[in-house]
Amino acid sequence: MPSPLLPSSLGSAEGRNPPVVRRPVIEIADLDFHYGTSQALHDISLSIAEKEVTAFIGPSGCGKSTLLRCLNRMNDLIDGARISRGAIRIRGVDIHQRDVEVMELRKRVGMVFQKSNPFPKSIYENVVYGLRLQGVRDKTRLDEAVETSLRGAALWDEVKDRLHASGLSLSGGQQQRLCIARTIAIEPEVILMDEPCSALDPIATAKVEELIHQLKLRYTIVIVTHNMQQAARCSDRTAFFYLGKLIEFAPTKDIFMTPSNPQTEAYVSGRFG
Amino acid sequence: MSQPTPNPFRATPSFSRTFESGVFWVLRSTAYIILLCGGFVFSDIVIKGSTTVFRPEFPFVNTTFLTEAPESLYVFEHEGVKREMGDREFRAFRESERLKAEAAGRTAPEIKATSYVYSAGGIFPCIVGTVLLVVGSMSIALCLGVASAIFLNEYARQGTFIRLVRLTILNLAGVPSIVFGLFGMGLFVIFLDWNVSLLAGWFTLALMVLPVVITASEESLKAVPQGFREASLALGATKWQTIRKAVLPFALPGILTSSILGIARVAGETAPIMFTAAFVVRDKLPWEDLERASDFFFQGVMALPYHIYVVSSKIPQNEYTERVQYGTAFVFLLIVALIATTSIVLRARLRRRYRW
Ligand SMILES: Nc1ncnc2c1ncn2[C@@H]1O[C@H](COP(=O)(O)OP(=O)(O)O)[C@@H](O)[C@H]1O
Ligand SMILES: [Mg+2]
Repeated sequence: MPSPLLPSSLGSAEGRNPPVVRRPVIEIADLDFHYGTSQALHDISLSIAEKEVTAFIGPSGCGKSTLLRCLNRMNDLIDGARISRGAIRIRGVDIHQRDVEVMELRKRVGMVFQKSNPFPKSIYENVVYGLRLQGVRDKTRLDEAVETSLRGAALWDEVKDRLHASGLSLSGGQQQRLCIARTIAIEPEVILMDEPCSALDPIATAKVEELIHQLKLRYTIVIVTHNMQQAARCSDRTAFFYLGKLIEFAPTKDIFMTPSNPQTEAYVSGRFG
Repeated sequence: MSQPTPNPFRATPSFSRTFESGVFWVLRSTAYIILLCGGFVFSDIVIKGSTTVFRPEFPFVNTTFLTEAPESLYVFEHEGVKREMGDREFRAFRESERLKAEAAGRTAPEIKATSYVYSAGGIFPCIVGTVLLVVGSMSIALCLGVASAIFLNEYARQGTFIRLVRLTILNLAGVPSIVFGLFGMGLFVIFLDWNVSLLAGWFTLALMVLPVVITASEESLKAVPQGFREASLALGATKWQTIRKAVLPFALPGILTSSILGIARVAGETAPIMFTAAFVVRDKLPWEDLERASDFFFQGVMALPYHIYVVSSKIPQNEYTERVQYGTAFVFLLIVALIATTSIVLRARLRRRYRW
């Protein structure tokens, strides 16, 4: 039997077996979530593997964003929103523990929003925002971070001559990539993306998808999308949600080719949603 | 040739048509009447005031009026000519007449002059006082107002209590300014023993405009997109860092807009300062003869609106006081316009820098 460490074993697994299972970065266990009195998530359990793209799909209002925002505790901002049961562990640490500093969590779990939201500052200042917060003043270090992050977000060539122009002077797709650059500038471990392409045209969408393929080499990515082709193109695993419940979670190929649940099948074949 | 078809859209006189145009004309004439009244008030002040402030000959501005303190005016006949002189000038003139007469070996004839208080000299101390009052009280009002708006909008959990606080603030805006004046006198002048002073006036005026500043600051904070806050927090910022770097800079133009309205109010109100900060007359300018730096804050000042009030109701009225009244009113309008223009320019700058 060949050693699992050998590259050949990876090659032989390709195409037939599920992707190589890596250590889970995020584990969600028996999660219930409420907005005030209305329950938005019911008994969710799933694991997110390292350096893979996990997609959340489902009709709108099914709780995809809610779950995503639980992962970096952005729901803390909403009055009355709370986790009523279960836990989320990142690298084994319960993120709702008392002694978890939420700022530290968010530095490790970055987020890109549905509506691109660069600050009305220069491109440069947008990228270094997170570093400045951490007190980095060194000009050369900031310059370097700007270049690597913009290259990482496939935006460098388009903006390198106008780093001091306003971030809002960019096109929609560029703005979204600027937001990605801003997120990777603080070198998070996980990047959460909430429908990052829903406001973009097909060409800009293709660029962002291309970018996701590259980012996957370095980051663990969770992406919410209501575009099933996008999930099929970019993700390694897909979770299908319906009415706040996790219906099916499996390698993307299986979800789209051989869904085991009739609701999943109906959704991916476009019969509802 | 066929008969031309009758126009189906032809206008027919009807009651609703007449009514429509009636409404239009009523509304239109209301607007014009208001414009007319405003124009009349302004042109009256500008025309009568500019005869006091401007001069037909070089340097075209009445520098005495703008740079000196008020004096009594002496009007008298001398060698058949009617002359008008300010207090100091008159005394010097009398002295020189006496010396001239002595040199000629005669006794000087008594000069019979009628005096009119505050009708000569200028209004420089009032200008200084008003500028000091505006700058100080607006600074206090902006600090307190923005701070409480941040608390109400960013930190406080929106509930019944906060709604009650907002309601109270709104009601405070409707309190007559004389009530603020009395309150300021009771609290600052008497209880805290600050006497009639700049500091007491600053706080009284600041309290008066605070509701406006808070309400408007809250509106400006609300207008900053939620996305900026979320983006900042998602990058690991604390709440205060987020407010300072991703909210406040973008709310600032709006906050300044509101404070422009506050400026006009602070500069113009007489009631709040008449018990707390304003002196009818004061020889020294605020920075003269200070023993300690802190004395600066504990002195009363003259102020333009209060001066107008004094010269138009506290002293006998005549043609000479009218000049002072209109001149002061004109300068007053100019100063408010100047301060407002400065803040508008500042706001436009900020807007250009932080647009979204
Ligand atoms: N801030 C909120 N307050 C109350 N209910 C909310 C809030 N945000 C979302 N919800 C509700 O939670 C459910 C899930 O919403 P969401 O997670 O945004 O769905 P999705 O992203 O899948 O479209 C919806 O029924 C929605 O109405
Ligand atoms: Mg959503």
